[in-house]
Amino acid sequence: MTDIISPQNEALAPALLTTPPVGGGVGLPGGPAKKRLGPFFWICAGWIGLIILVAIFANLFPLPKPDFENFANPQNAGPAWGHLLGTDDLNRDIFSRLIFGSRVSLVVGFGGTLIGLALGGLPAMYAAYRRGRVDTVLNTVSYAVLAFPAIVAVIAIGEFWGHQLWKITLVIGVFSAPLIFRVIRASTLSYASRDFVMAAKALGASDRRILGRELLPNILPTIISFGLIAVATIIVLEGTLAFLGLSVPPPTPSWGNMLNESASLLSGGKGQTNPWLVIFPATAMFSLLFTLNVVADKLRAYFDVAEVKL
Amino acid sequence: MGTYIAKRVVLLVVIIFFVSVAAFFLVHLLPGNPAVAILGPNDTPQNAAILNHQLGLDKPLAEQYFIWIGHVFSGNLGQSFTTHETTTSVISQSYPIDLELIIFSQLMAGVVAVPLAMRASRRPNRLFDQLANSTAFGMLALPPFVIGPVLVLVFAVHWHVFPGPASYVPITQGFWSNIHTMLLPSIVLALGSIVVYFRLLRNDLIATLQQDFITMARSKGLTDRRIMWRHALRPSSVSVLASAGVTIGGLIAGTFVVELLLQLPGLGFQLISAINQDDYTVVQGITLVVAVAVVLINFVFDFIFTVVDPRIARD
Repeated sequence: MTDIISPQNEALAPALLTTPPVGGGVGLPGGPAKKRLGPFFWICAGWIGLIILVAIFANLFPLPKPDFENFANPQNAGPAWGHLLGTDDLNRDIFSRLIFGSRVSLVVGFGGTLIGLALGGLPAMYAAYRRGRVDTVLNTVSYAVLAFPAIVAVIAIGEFWGHQLWKITLVIGVFSAPLIFRVIRASTLSYASRDFVMAAKALGASDRRILGRELLPNILPTIISFGLIAVATIIVLEGTLAFLGLSVPPPTPSWGNMLNESASLLSGGKGQTNPWLVIFPATAMFSLLFTLNVVADKLRAYFDVAEVKL
Repeated sequence: MGTYIAKRVVLLVVIIFFVSVAAFFLVHLLPGNPAVAILGPNDTPQNAAILNHQLGLDKPLAEQYFIWIGHVFSGNLGQSFTTHETTTSVISQSYPIDLELIIFSQLMAGVVAVPLAMRASRRPNRLFDQLANSTAFGMLALPPFVIGPVLVLVFAVHWHVFPGPASYVPITQGFWSNIHTMLLPSIVLALGSIVVYFRLLRNDLIATLQQDFITMARSKGLTDRRIMWRHALRPSSVSVLASAGVTIGGLIAGTFVVELLLQLPGLGFQLISAINQDDYTVVQGITLVVAVAVVLINFVFDFIFTVVDPRIARD
């Protein structure tokens, strides 16, 4: 979203995360080494899994309500035994808000990517397989939409349509579709004219079978590794919107609007600052984006997905 | 080359047309009626009808679009409902801030990224390269809304190295204090661009340095420095230039973030305050101007990199 996926910064994300082999194809003696994902991959994947599990089962933990302004609590307090990560300017528990706030990022990130895959990925496979006029038209449309700064479009649409979670997810998902279209189209094109597709055609396989059973398994690695980058990119876009106060409105916590609150404290508007309200959401956001990037990059290397030319 | 440019210009005109239609309909898809927002407590059916007529809102939509676009071409973007300032004057007062942020941040990014990429690509996969690469990879996970508040907390609130929020001084009123205020937001924006430029340039330089003409230059006894700057940099800068348009387009989101963070009255700051006050004409005007600017910047960079590498236009 020009961020759709904008972001950011966004259109080049796959190119950025792909590091071509150094040495111009100098082979290792003794054949290629056995591929492994490595422990770092599993640590990062585990962290993402943990965040997802905690977000799903957040209600089961003995946490104070995330939007409960408990005046018995201290205001802007640092980490302490009663409040592991301290409290904010409205006496709310930061740890609880952080846990419940992860839901917004995860729903928008994964939901938006699924919408983008449905709206961009499916047409892309079909267009790249059939070529012809459909392909030309969809290709031009995707270029045109990508030229439009998605952050501006998403801000404008949110302004008149509203900022509920499902609306934000849908709008961001729609604007991520052109980018996903370009990536999946390029990947499908590289397989669509191979011999095994010809063979399937000669055997009389239907288009649906060729797309589903011959092409899809081959482009699945691209879908998975690029999909994770799309998730990270969409989370950044939602976070930016939330920081600008244009995503899911308070008191519902999200990492972006927690950073927005901390920034309004920084500007001294309320005569108080709370460093913890900056540090914890920023760290949480960094850890999620970083692990998503690592997992995507390692998977890309593992599956040997070629650098995608947009 | 001629057909390439002609094609791009046609696409550009089509995109700008759609951008203008989108910005126009923004106001018409709003819940309720602009007249209601303007009238406030004076909202009666009679008053609303009179105002709708005055605003031309009772005409067919297509006609309204052409009247509006006619005004846009003559520099009239309407008037703010709340402050009664013209949208054109709001925009002309605020855009220099965005321009300054973008220029500063891109200069910083270039000054840092180019030497780093040269140093790293000279010995790929050695210690320096690996350090720079992992740092860059980590910084991919630090968008402006995450790193911005942290840097403000550390450098403005805690250490007072840079002025804090709401200390903007126009460049005409104090050159050095303006630069001092703009440094921190520019650094926040530059961080993202440094990562992009470093990664692209490093990869392209490594590929270029293995080409025959570099071996040739070495065998002539040219210095490393001369080979890097005179022979390797230009053919390796295509990806960077191709990405610069997108990067600068992506900077829009970042400038909005730092403007809100540090209360700099640029386009993003004005847009957010207009949204918070339901000031639709200003929202519409800024949306149009920013979107067209981004589309034009992309177009210009598409053109620049065909100059650097004429092979692209031939494809």
